Amino acid sequence: MPASVSSTRNPFSDAATPAVGVTIDDLCKSFGTFEVLKHVSFHVPPGEIFVLMGPSGSGKSVLLKHIVGLELPTSGKVTVDGLDAADETTREKVRMALVFQAGALFNSLSVYDNLALYPREHQLADEAGIREKVMRALQILSLENAANKFPSELSGGMKKRVAIARALVMEPQLMLYDEPTSELDPVMSATIAEIIATLKEQYHVTSIVVSHDRDLALGIADRVGILMGGQLRFLGKPAELRTPQDSRVADFLNPQIDLQNPRFKQLETQA
Amino acid sequence: MKLLTDALEGLGSTLLLLARALSYTRTLPRQFGRFIEQCYLIGYTTLPIVAILSFFIGSVLALQSGFAGKDFGAKQFIGLLVGVSMSRELAPVMAAILLAGRVGSAIAAELASMKVYQEIDALVTMNIPPARILVLPRLAAVAVMMPVLTIVADLVGWFGGAIISKYTHFIAIEPESYFATMRQYMHFDSVLNGLIKAEIFGFVVVLVCCNVGLNTRGGPREIGAAVTRAVVVSLILILVLDFFVTRVLA
Ligand SMILES: Nc1ncnc2c1ncn2[C@@H]1O[C@H](COP(=O)(O)OP(=O)(O)OP(=O)(O)O)[C@@H](O)[C@H]1O
Ligand SMILES: [Mg+2]
Repeated sequence: MPASVSSTRNPFSDAATPAVGVTIDDLCKSFGTFEVLKHVSFHVPPGEIFVLMGPSGSGKSVLLKHIVGLELPTSGKVTVDGLDAADETTREKVRMALVFQAGALFNSLSVYDNLALYPREHQLADEAGIREKVMRALQILSLENAANKFPSELSGGMKKRVAIARALVMEPQLMLYDEPTSELDPVMSATIAEIIATLKEQYHVTSIVVSHDRDLALGIADRVGILMGGQLRFLGKPAELRTPQDSRVADFLNPQIDLQNPRFKQLETQA
Repeated sequence: MKLLTDALEGLGSTLLLLARALSYTRTLPRQFGRFIEQCYLIGYTTLPIVAILSFFIGSVLALQSGFAGKDFGAKQFIGLLVGVSMSRELAPVMAAILLAGRVGSAIAAELASMKVYQEIDALVTMNIPPARILVLPRLAAVAVMMPVLTIVADLVGWFGGAIISKYTHFIAIEPESYFATMRQYMHFDSVLNGLIKAEIFGFVVVLVCCNVGLNTRGGPREIGAAVTRAVVVSLILILVLDFFVTRVLA
C-alpha cells in the first residue's frame, strides 16, 4: 500500500478504515490526593509517530492507560478518533494495541497462543490463516524458536518482543508502546524502530511511543513530547530537541556526569 | 458501616458480572474447549474428596441414628433417615463447601494473579471481555458438574450408611431392608430438592470467587488476601442461602 493512502486495513472486513487521531484535552489524574497528571493537552493527528519522553515516575504509563480506557480521567477528556476513550464501546470501534511496560503476557498460554488469542477470539481467520500471521510476527521479532515456550521461560527482552509481536498480530489502527526498546540490544532496538516506521509508511498506523531512547526519538518521531512531573514541558519536532529552551528539559536530555559533585551528594548537603 | 457498604458493593459488582457473563451465552459453543477444561478441573479436583467425605458422613449418620433409635426400635428407619438427610441437606452443602475450598480458591487465585500482573488489562485492551472467556465457561461448567457431584455424594453416602448399618453390632440391619425403607418412604422430591440447592450453591460460589479475583487491586500480597476473602464469603453465602432456599423449597 503506498504511503499516500491515509487508511489502515481492517482485518475484520479487509476494508480500509480511516487512520485515527488522539486528542488529550486538559487531562488531570489523581490517585487519592496524589496528582499524577496536571492539565496535559496535546493532539496526535492520524498517522503520526509521537514519542513521549520524561523522567521515571512522571506519569507516562498512566497517560497511555487513559488512551486505552484502563484509567479514567479525574478531569479532562481523552478522545480517540473523536470517541471518548473512557467509553467501553470505543474499544469495539477502534482497534488499539498497547504494549505494556511489563509485557502483560498471558502466563498460562504459550507464546504462540498468546499471539493467536486475539485473532481466534475475534474470528479473524481460520486456524491456518492465524498460524501464518502468528509465525510471521514471530519471525519479524526473531522469536520463531520461542513459539512453544511459556512466558516464565523467557528472558526480559524476549517477553518484550513477544508483547510487541502480540500487538502486531492485532493489526491495530492505533499502536501504543510503553518503553518498547528498554530491555533490548541495539540491533533489536533498531528493528523495533523500523517496524514502527514501516507501520506508519505502509499502513498509516498512528503510534504513540513512550521511550527514553533518544536515537529512537530523533530517528523516527514526527513530534516529541516531554512529560515532567505530570506536565507537558516540551512539545515539538525532534530537531528542536537539540536546542531546548527549558533548562530542565536540557538537563534531562543531556545530563552531565559530574564526578566531582555527584547528584546524590548534592541531595545530602541540601538536607 | 464499612462492612455494609463493602457487602453492597460486592453484591452489585457480582450481579453486574453475572449479567455480563450471561450476555455472552451464545459464544459458548465456540468456547467448548474451555468449557470441557473447566468441567474437568471442577469435577476432577472435587470428586474424590466429595466421595470420601460423603462415605463418612453417611456412615456417621447411620451410627448416630442407630444409637439414638436402638432403645425404641426405630432402627429400621435408618435407611430413610440417612437417605433424606444426605440428599436434602448434607450432600449439597458438603459438595458446595468442598467446591469453595478446592475450586473457588483456585479460581480466585488465578484471576487475582491475572489482574495483578495486568493480564486482565491486556484482555480488556484487546476487546476480549474477561466475563466472556474467564467467567462464562466456569459458570457453565459448574452448572453441569454440580449435579454430578451431588448425585455421587448421595449414592456414596447412602452406601456408607448401609455398610455401617450391617456391620455395627447394635444396629445390624441387612442392606436389603435398609434400602427397602428408603425406597418405600423417601420421595424423589428429596433428591431433586438437594440438586436444586447444589446448583444454586455451586453457581454462587464460582460467581463470587470470579468476582473477588477480578476485583483484586495492588500487588502479589493481595492475591492471598483475595483467596481468603473469596473462600470466606463463599462459605458464609452457602450457609445463609441454605436457610433461605430450604425455606422456599419446603
Ligand atoms: N494505580 C496507581 N495508584 C497509585 N499511584 C499510581 C498508580 N499508578 C501509577 N501511580 C503513580 O503515578 C506516577 C506515575 O506513574 P507512571 O507509571 O505513569 O510513571 P512513568 O512515567 O511511566 O515512569 P517509568 O518511566 O518509570 O515507567 C508514579 O509516581 C506512580 O507512583
Ligand atoms: Mg512507565
